[in-house]
Amino acid sequence: MIINVFHIIRIIKFGWKNIWLHSLRSLLTVLGIVFGVASVIAMLAIGEGASFEAKQKIKELGSNNIIIQSVKPPSQDISQQRAMLGVYGLTEYDLRKISSIPSIEKIIPTWETREEIRYFDKNVTGRIVGTIPQYSEITNLKISQGRFFNEIDNILSNSVVVIGSSIKKNLFIGEEPIGKEIKLKGNYFTVIGVSEEKSISGETKTFTSDINFDVYIPLNTARSFFGEYDVKRGGGSFERTWVKFHRFIVYVKESEKILTISSLINQVLITTHKNSDYEILVPLELLKQAEHTRKIFNIVLGSIAAISLLVGGIGIMNIMLATVTERTKEIGIRRAIGAKRKDIIYQFLAESIILSSVGGIVGVILGISIPKIVTKFAGMTTLITLWSILLSFSISVAVGIIFGIYPAKKAAYLDPIQALRYE
Amino acid sequence: MEEEIIKFENVWKVYSIGKIKLPILKGITLSIKKGECLSIIGPSGSGKTTLLNLIGCLDKPSEGKYFMEGEEISSLSDDKLSEIRSRKIGFIFQSYNLIPQLTVLENIGLPLFYQGIDEKIIKEKSLKLAETVGLKHRINHKPTELSGGEQQRVAIARALINDPILILADEPTGNLDTKTGKEIMELLVNLNKEGKTLLVITHDMTIASYTKKIVRILDGKIINDN
Repeated sequence: MIINVFHIIRIIKFGWKNIWLHSLRSLLTVLGIVFGVASVIAMLAIGEGASFEAKQKIKELGSNNIIIQSVKPPSQDISQQRAMLGVYGLTEYDLRKISSIPSIEKIIPTWETREEIRYFDKNVTGRIVGTIPQYSEITNLKISQGRFFNEIDNILSNSVVVIGSSIKKNLFIGEEPIGKEIKLKGNYFTVIGVSEEKSISGETKTFTSDINFDVYIPLNTARSFFGEYDVKRGGGSFERTWVKFHRFIVYVKESEKILTISSLINQVLITTHKNSDYEILVPLELLKQAEHTRKIFNIVLGSIAAISLLVGGIGIMNIMLATVTERTKEIGIRRAIGAKRKDIIYQFLAESIILSSVGGIVGVILGISIPKIVTKFAGMTTLITLWSILLSFSISVAVGIIFGIYPAKKAAYLDPIQALRYE
Repeated sequence: MEEEIIKFENVWKVYSIGKIKLPILKGITLSIKKGECLSIIGPSGSGKTTLLNLIGCLDKPSEGKYFMEGEEISSLSDDKLSEIRSRKIGFIFQSYNLIPQLTVLENIGLPLFYQGIDEKIIKEKSLKLAETVGLKHRINHKPTELSGGEQQRVAIARALINDPILILADEPTGNLDTKTGKEIMELLVNLNKEGKTLLVITHDMTIASYTKKIVRILDGKIINDN
């Protein structure tokens, strides 16, 4: 017998008809596949989205950078004795030592504090970053209006400030900020630039704070106005800390040397910082870790999804076996009037493939909508990848074939005489 | 000389149930010529259904030879036997054996579907046969919506669609009342008059009497062949 396209279409048509004959049963059978496929796509989309977000944040830190942060040492007496002066963190000595490590192109020190920023009656809380002019270049900070401060501003300790886009939005409504004076800790600073808005995706900010709320001033200016103390009052207690530098951003041109250099830095610092009041972040390393985590995540999700598809497949097989028994007589009739074994196989296989494919299509639609809903209501970034759709749909079709073959063969190898006599 | 289409030479059919061998047909020799109208009559358990299954290529003989149109077919593969059923045999069963989810027209056309024939041609032929058996007004009904007599007419139309060399009817009136049974038998006999070879299997002498030739079978053997 010649199998042509029209014949296949007719087989599919008959199969479709039989499935509709038991629409509720078919629907229930297909649900396993629907949820299997939908969960593959949705889970992968959420996973991809999370890792994309993490990678974006790590990239913002700069993949050629090493970040050294001052951290408040654990279990130190500063938290116990209220009026004590807490001294910790990176020092001038550290800066000199690290600068002497070869292959380090640049090192940017920062001094930071969280403060209220005022403009007439409006105020907003932001982070004041005192740093050197190369900061904008190394951290890839773009200026949308005006300019970043320069070497002269730093040497002369000019009271100039570059504000983040959100600061502008909050303080300067319908006003141009350049040339205006804002008040930081009781001192007036002239706005000379506004940084470009950086999109911070999602709600969680694991790696960086919202840099749109930063204001930048020259390091020397910060020193002369604010000194090196930081006083925090709150809840009836106050705490004075003395931190020379909060961060060093180390720029390394050759990214393959990053790991070596970061361990060198650690060796340098460990001799003078016995109480581990610093930490070293290597964005590139974090990126690799994120990538690795994503892979494991995908494998776990993939296995869960595979199990649900397997369960769906078993459901299809179960129902197809029931169908074969139920239609034993029909099989006998078809065989008597000339159907070959393979005709019977095609017929039942067509039905199971139709079931699983329809399940697959519905699953894809559901799988695409779930991440959209998650993004809308939970604010999480999701990323639907084409390969996850193609993969899960082809698996669902494959499930139909694999789990349909046994029932179809069983049907085809029934003895026609026995089958005809079946009531 | 009339053409011989079916020829059985000392055909045995033995079923094994465990270690016990149960012979159902014990050396049947039979010949059916083109255009013949005959019935095989025998009580239940005589082996007539087994004989019908063998003639209809649903089963293979344990021993002996079966020639169809001069060709030895007793040792053909399942696929080849399906092919023969599809092209040369027209089955009519006691319980009609229509497929419940298909319409009358689809049921009539089903044998041609398995020959891979174009849908249009199948539809044309099916319509023509529905008219022949007097069911043109019922073509879009499901079998369950028809009376017993009408269902058997559908089955007859289905048996005719592949233009078979032999129509095999197994107790065609067994589920029908006397009047309808008579109508069905008349329809079959008329088909024979138009040239179709007809073989009816029955236990009922009044049905057998419609045919020109009667073969009696008892205990797996043909007892007279006149």
